[in-house]
Amino acid sequence: MAVKTYREALNDALREEMERDPNVFLMGEEVGLYNGAYKVSKGLLDLFGPKRVVDTPITELGFAGLGVGAAMVGLRPVIEFMTWNFSILAADQVLNSAAKLLYMSGGAFKCPIVFRGPTGAALQLAAQHSQALEGWYAHFPGLKIVTPATPADAKGLLKAAIRDDDPVAVFEGELLYALKGEVPDDEDFVIPLGVADLKREGSDVSIITHGKMLHVALQAAEVLAKDGIEADVLDLRSLRPLDMEAIEATIRKTNRAVYVEEGWPFAGVGAQIATLIQEETFDYLDAPVLRVTQADVPMPYAKNLEKLAKPSVERVVEACNRVLYRKVG
Amino acid sequence: MADAKTAARRKETGRGREGGGLDGLSREELHHLLYQMLLGRRFEEKSAEAYAIGKIGGFLHLYIGQEAVAVGTQAALRPDDYVIDAYREHVQALVKGISARAGMAELYGRIDGCSKGKGGSMHLFSAEHNFMGGWGIVGGQIPMATGIGWAIKYRGEDRVCVCFMGEAAVNQGAFHESLNMAALWKLPVIYIVENNRFGMGTAWERVASLYDISQKANAYAMPSAVADGMDVLDMRRVVLEAVERARKDGTPTLIEARCYRFMGHSMSDPVHGVYRTKEEVEEAKKKDPIRIFIDRLREADLLTDEELNAIDERVQAEVQDAIEFADKSPEPGPEELYRDVYAQIPERGRLFFDSGYRAGKE
Repeated sequence: MAVKTYREALNDALREEMERDPNVFLMGEEVGLYNGAYKVSKGLLDLFGPKRVVDTPITELGFAGLGVGAAMVGLRPVIEFMTWNFSILAADQVLNSAAKLLYMSGGAFKCPIVFRGPTGAALQLAAQHSQALEGWYAHFPGLKIVTPATPADAKGLLKAAIRDDDPVAVFEGELLYALKGEVPDDEDFVIPLGVADLKREGSDVSIITHGKMLHVALQAAEVLAKDGIEADVLDLRSLRPLDMEAIEATIRKTNRAVYVEEGWPFAGVGAQIATLIQEETFDYLDAPVLRVTQADVPMPYAKNLEKLAKPSVERVVEACNRVLYRKVG
Repeated sequence: MADAKTAARRKETGRGREGGGLDGLSREELHHLLYQMLLGRRFEEKSAEAYAIGKIGGFLHLYIGQEAVAVGTQAALRPDDYVIDAYREHVQALVKGISARAGMAELYGRIDGCSKGKGGSMHLFSAEHNFMGGWGIVGGQIPMATGIGWAIKYRGEDRVCVCFMGEAAVNQGAFHESLNMAALWKLPVIYIVENNRFGMGTAWERVASLYDISQKANAYAMPSAVADGMDVLDMRRVVLEAVERARKDGTPTLIEARCYRFMGHSMSDPVHGVYRTKEEVEEAKKKDPIRIFIDRLREADLLTDEELNAIDERVQAEVQDAIEFADKSPEPGPEELYRDVYAQIPERGRLFFDSGYRAGKE
């Protein structure tokens, strides 16, 4: 174990997987000479050379599709989107090509590709650069969706994604890159997709979340603890596959749930989870499942408005109190 | 269809050279090209009939009139070269090696189809034959072709990837993004634009600021050529040059193959009336690539009536057999519904969320 940043953990995962498998290469804007817009690929060009760490033109649709073609014939591309916001330009290749290849070809062609980059809002980047798109991508069968929230998860999940035979979209947190945490050194530290992680244990209410919002959820749990309320905080870690067993276990324990996500509410991840909870664990529920999401607006630039738009600790605490039918203040 | 350059090249080709063949091809090899073109034609005529009686559903885009492009191009390739195409791809797939049986069964939506009945007319695939699809979004296959070229270079192989597209795809961003990368990185991809004049019902000149497609390669410092897409031998010659460049040092090429679609865009589109006249179609049919090729072989004493009849009988039997095979092939079983969505199923964690899947599990 060593204390590393989320960024370093991702870098370790890339380096180790590129050392392990010569078919793995990294491609994207500024990933080589510039060491990555967020420095995730720092040093990799020096280690692996320009054949395997490839700076592209600004041409998201083109290099995403190039990755799909390379994956069709057995390479294992890691395609970096500088941010997932820009992946919208490449959506045809992610959604119409990568996600459908295996099925449309009757199993003839696999597509072992990773698309990765930061998702969600950072600070005052305004509407086009502040979107959490994992819920949108999760809508499409054929893709796997991973959302690491800690340095250890970042390493273990990215390694699993690279080794997976399906297209995996890894949604990193733009504000998490500098986050520090214990990370196993083991080169085979792989976290299987589809296994959620209970990041805090409690028995009064379940806060279920994914990605960066884990940290908002944990802070909310701290606030609640001071008030004598103990929350289970369940980090899904991957949305497809989804660890429904873990969701069911926490609901059976607490009988109340709040979903926290950075994305918008309509057909969002929380909408899906709330539906599954009511369909499959209705008898264990003592309150409706509530969601805390981004305000249903494009992200504003103004600092005060941006704060209002984002899910906050206060709103999570408030939602927990509501599902507990507690009157506070 | 042919411009001055291609006409000159055809003349250059010479006749009756090299032991009674044409273009360095023997009598047998020439007959094989004719066989492939006829197979494509008859296969599609039969599929149109099957569509009319409801055996084939969905969209069906016929290639009739363009056979010289598929056959001429692929005559310049090796079996280990890759071919990828859009959705008017039946004949390309057959020429690449997918059997008429597997192709027709796919059109019928049956389990013995080359994509197990899950792709249909627009999504024919074969890993065995390096036929990389059958893609339904205009221009979508172009970046993938570029990636296949990338993989060839990555592995240091001397294969090539041929990417077919219709002329309408040239206006997509994917085309320009791909050509830029292929030229920049020297990827062995040959981009062949089948200019059949119409993107659905829209004539090329109505949507293109620059009529000459081959000139678009200049923007990417890429070699280009124009081929007579109605002439199988001209196609082969032009592609051979491009293949040689690609194998040598990865240089990509853009080829415009000028051809003509004799049928409507799809089965729901009339052959003429809205966007072209009956006279125009009839005029184009005078240059039917199969008829031209037959005339040419006859002129050079390379094809007798008996030989032609034998080839056509063989083709008709093969297509009839494919129809019977497809008709008898079972529909994919219900277990196929959720199969091959994912290659790797995790031990834990749910991948499918519909109530039907859950009901099946209980």
